Amino acid sequence: MQDIIIQILNGLDKGSAYALIALGLTLIFGTLGVVNFAHGALFLVGAFVAVTMQRILNLSYEVIDESQTDFLGNPLKVDTPYVIGWFGESAGNTLIDWAVPLAIFLAIPVMLIIGFVMERGLIKHFYKRPHADQILVTFGLAIVIGEIVKAFYGANPIQTPAPSSLPRTIDFGTWLGYEANAIVYPTWRLVYFFFSAIIIAGVFAFLQFTTFGMVVRAGMADRETVGLLGINIDKRFTIMFGLAASVAGLAGVMYTPILSPHYNLGMDFLVLSFVVVVVGGMGSLPGAVLAGFLLGILQSFASMNEVKAILPGIDQIIIYLIAIIVLLVRPRGLMGRAGVMED
Amino acid sequence: MIGLNKKDFGLFLIVCFMALAAPILLNPFPVDSAMSDFNAGYPALMQKFAIFGIVVIGFNILFGLTGYLSFGHAAFLGAGSYAAVWMYKLLSFNVIFAIPASIIVAGLLSVVIGHISLRRSGIYFSILTLAFAQMSYALAYSVLTPITNGETGLQVYNNDPQVLMGEGALAEPHLFGLNLNNLTKVQVGGWEFTFEVGYYLCAIFLILAFYMSIRIFRSPFGMMLRAIKSNQNRLNYTGVSPKPYTLAAFIISGLYAGLAGGLMAAMDPLTGAERMFWTESGEIVLMSILGGVGTLIGPILGAGAIEYMSAIVSAITSADLKSWFGWLPDWLETIVIYVLYPFVGKGWHLTLGVVFMLVVIFLPGGLVEGGQRIGKLFSRKKPATAPGGSATPAE
Repeated sequence: MQDIIIQILNGLDKGSAYALIALGLTLIFGTLGVVNFAHGALFLVGAFVAVTMQRILNLSYEVIDESQTDFLGNPLKVDTPYVIGWFGESAGNTLIDWAVPLAIFLAIPVMLIIGFVMERGLIKHFYKRPHADQILVTFGLAIVIGEIVKAFYGANPIQTPAPSSLPRTIDFGTWLGYEANAIVYPTWRLVYFFFSAIIIAGVFAFLQFTTFGMVVRAGMADRETVGLLGINIDKRFTIMFGLAASVAGLAGVMYTPILSPHYNLGMDFLVLSFVVVVVGGMGSLPGAVLAGFLLGILQSFASMNEVKAILPGIDQIIIYLIAIIVLLVRPRGLMGRAGVMED
Repeated sequence: MIGLNKKDFGLFLIVCFMALAAPILLNPFPVDSAMSDFNAGYPALMQKFAIFGIVVIGFNILFGLTGYLSFGHAAFLGAGSYAAVWMYKLLSFNVIFAIPASIIVAGLLSVVIGHISLRRSGIYFSILTLAFAQMSYALAYSVLTPITNGETGLQVYNNDPQVLMGEGALAEPHLFGLNLNNLTKVQVGGWEFTFEVGYYLCAIFLILAFYMSIRIFRSPFGMMLRAIKSNQNRLNYTGVSPKPYTLAAFIISGLYAGLAGGLMAAMDPLTGAERMFWTESGEIVLMSILGGVGTLIGPILGAGAIEYMSAIVSAITSADLKSWFGWLPDWLETIVIYVLYPFVGKGWHLTLGVVFMLVVIFLPGGLVEGGQRIGKLFSRKKPATAPGGSATPAE
């Protein structure tokens, strides 16, 4: 039982990332009907917003410290981050320590702007073009974004630690009544899970309970009629694109302590998220979330040694295998609607 | 002539000439000149032109004619390479065994993958092929290590059986004793041309592949594939099942990729799983779009353009940029170099991405459409006849 709980927990953080990316992909597909291969790149941009935030907070000026000397006997020059100069020692250090969560506040406007620019500048011109063209142009865009990130930040993974004032691990087992140290789990992964749960709930609530969300849902169902009612649906869909971009970006920001970001991160996640979307069913938001968590958890179960002993190599291929089976057995995916991407 | 109409035969002759004279045509600059960095006429690069030309010609039969966008063709390339190296290990270094084996193995793999993937179309087909290719890649790295030698990559060792290898036979790929690495250098004035046996083997296969592709394009079978692309429903209504045709197209393109994989192993007798990674498949797609989907000559142009960029643009250093823009005023030079530097050297993928996006946005028909537009500018009087390979964007 213990092992099963551990594997479920292990699957949750990856599953959360898949679910968030797949949610954004599905939002874009459901509203604009565009297959966005650049969505992994948006995740990447989010991750590097966190890196940037860390660098901004660490911007420093030199202070000459008379009390210390370097090996030549000159007064030592100490780099002091500006934030420490402004807010004092303890507040400044806390700010630096919490760079990744703080990056959320930077990421939201940045991702919204990137989303708007992308939709208005590029995607808009591809509504009438075949899906293959949309795939290809966004695939090109993903390469370009990845390479731009590489040009600025280099090709190596960049460490972005979680706040050190959080405990590194928590003893999850004690919450469930197990003895101490039975199930130990990294705190940040749990944070990531709750964070993504909040975002997913937020997106669903936004679509379900606000007038704006209602109009968007109406537009997803029948764009033309909504347009005839005098509602500027294009503007709302652009906003939804920005929203989807921010969801991917936030997923990226919070994922950085789990996996040090590098320029190819977007591509790695993109392939899997597409599989997730297809398994969940094109255009189905609950399907995307469900499939994301399901595949994340299945992947973590497949990497158990007991399973690998029976089916060697299963951990490497489980996601693709599931995708193939689902596509052949349930062509619309787990929760796909009729009439979406039927051809 | 040889089953081609006049226009196709002309095109075929052009391709033959380009392939056979490539060592001369691709070396337009003297060795000592400043431009010699732009010469592409060295064997390693020309082999890549020919090999990827073959892959993309095959891919084009699938994607260009039927509109099925496969994101998993690298699997066939990799499988072909593995089969060829196994032939070296088991029989001998003679490529007469290796290349047919690679074609057969890739063909069998494509029957399996095609049979399952083709049950869906559109983006689902793309995802299915991608999933299969990624599975092959992951398996080659993990469970199949006894066959693929995992991360080390498959190569020939001294204690391999090599049952057909006689005493004193060549210990590198050869064709009945003709070492594929043999090359002749010819000096003409300041120019130096390198003729390599291996390249000519690839070139002959390229020509054969191209000939086959013309025949397929012009055959009733090719027309059927086009019909599938333009309207599958109507085809169903007339009582024709598209599945055998698409499967045949898929297998043919798999055979082409297998051949190319075998040739890769013939040029360099080792291989690894990274040949199956999905970025390789992506590159095949890029080549075919860049050249012009559904045209005869497009795939060769696209493969050539991308391989040329990857070899030449990636070799440009900041010192090169400085020497080219040294005549500009200093402040302007700094700006120009600052802007250009990310696009060259290690950043050549950025150039690739930008060029690719521009092509998809403005030239859906690829380089071929670009050529046709330029051609039209100069010959406006002529009534526009329907071009041989129509450059409609792919579905």
